[in-house]
Amino acid sequence: MPAFLFWIFALLMLIFGAAVVVNRNPVASALSLVVSFLGLAALFMSLDAYFIGIIQVLVYAGAVMVLFLFIIMLLDLRAEERRQISWLTSAGAIAVALALLLQIFYVVGHFKSAQQPFPPLARSTTDDVRNIGLLLFGNYNLPFQIIGILVLVATIGVVLLSRREPR
Amino acid sequence: MAYFIVTSLLKIVGILFLVILPMVSYSVYAERRVSAFIQDRRGPNRVGPAGLFQPIADIFKLLLKEDFTPRTVNTFYYWLAPCLAMMPAIITIAVVPFGSTLFGVPMVIADINVGILYVFAIASLGVYGIVLAGWASNSKYPFLGGVRSSSQMISYELSLGLAVIPIFLLVGSLRLTSVVRYQIEHGWFIAPFIGDWMNPWKWLLAIPMLISFVVFAIAIFAETNRLPFDLPEAEQELAGGYNTEYSSMKFALFFLGEYAAMITGSAIIVTLFFGGWHLPLPSWHGGFHWVFVDGNAPGWRGVIGGLFNIATFFTKVAVLIFMFMWVRWTLPRFRYDQLMRLGWLFFFEIALVNIFIAAGILAFIRP
Repeated sequence: MPAFLFWIFALLMLIFGAAVVVNRNPVASALSLVVSFLGLAALFMSLDAYFIGIIQVLVYAGAVMVLFLFIIMLLDLRAEERRQISWLTSAGAIAVALALLLQIFYVVGHFKSAQQPFPPLARSTTDDVRNIGLLLFGNYNLPFQIIGILVLVATIGVVLLSRREPR
Repeated sequence: MAYFIVTSLLKIVGILFLVILPMVSYSVYAERRVSAFIQDRRGPNRVGPAGLFQPIADIFKLLLKEDFTPRTVNTFYYWLAPCLAMMPAIITIAVVPFGSTLFGVPMVIADINVGILYVFAIASLGVYGIVLAGWASNSKYPFLGGVRSSSQMISYELSLGLAVIPIFLLVGSLRLTSVVRYQIEHGWFIAPFIGDWMNPWKWLLAIPMLISFVVFAIAIFAETNRLPFDLPEAEQELAGGYNTEYSSMKFALFFLGEYAAMITGSAIIVTLFFGGWHLPLPSWHGGFHWVFVDGNAPGWRGVIGGLFNIATFFTKVAVLIFMFMWVRWTLPRFRYDQLMRLGWLFFFEIALVNIFIAAGILAFIRP
């Protein structure tokens, strides 16, 4: 994957990530988040992680955000759009974000292995889907099953909570 | 690299402008003719021989009509929605193998190893166009159409995804070209026993495959908003649904998007269940046997074989499109609660049980 594609998608992600926060219209924010997710998926794919990239689109852009949008549209948007931006809070938030960024740069910069260039990615001879499957169902079988049970419990909980009270 | 880019561009332009878009406009024409035939009418038969130039006249009509934007709409999203409605259906076709090889170039635009997941991912983005159209129009009927559409699509995506798992259990790869390759070697998934009549394993396998096909095909009907599941646009109750406020070319984009989705859906059904571009030919040279044709033969035979494969694929797609239309003009529309109950209480469970049936068969009897 050529480097300029990385810059395009990284820039896309950052711009639309900022748009999520800056936009006053919740629908616009949600759609910006979708574009940001698409950029992230493209970055995953540029690392030959096609499966993760596609799942990113399928689950986050295709399912989760549709539900978000759905709920946002059913709400009244006027109140949110009229709300003023408080410059003092914004300045504080930007300052905190900048401080965090500087910290990350400082810590990562002093990291030994981060100072030399990364070795090139090893070419895998098998599908990444197959690799993920082998890992999940081989090495991490027990944690995987535990997560399965947890998700099942959560699903049952959701069904129970959303059920109407019997009269 | 340059060669790859040039052939890819040729494939993209060729498949989009020479095949998909003409196919879209002519399936609109075909739909009108087929519906007329089914209802014992004549249909459009005035423009050109048998009305064959009707789509061209329609294009000019749609382009030249007044493009009216209502005052209360949310302009940016109102413009964005038709583009989003058209796009997913067209870019899904990128991973579908529509032929074997031609001049040594594989006839698939992007042969990625997560083919079917790509199809589902892009198809799941299709809902944005409709939801945004409904919301941006800022009026009641379109909004109801948009809301209906999103809940319908989310419900049926589950059965769509679960229905194809038995196939991939069998193939062992998500790549669509591998699915076609497997079907060439082991028989089409819709009827794996053909040509291997005495093999009981193949007959047993036909059961989960048939269930898969039925669930998948019905879920595709729901995903593409075709009757009997066209609740988002139900003319009689929603006055056209999400596209009520649209006119001229923007309306046409929704219309084309719907037909493009139908073509893509048919192409995927063909690839998954009907052997893709594969069609064995009978031959009587030295006793009766089946001949396998593809683009790998040397010289002009390879070119003819490659073209034959492409023609086979699109003929199969055309037959399935006819089936879509046949169903549309035969069945009445479902009620909304019936549609949701059907999706969640029947297809979802059937598809889930089907995975266990297929896995059980595969666990005990290996091919």
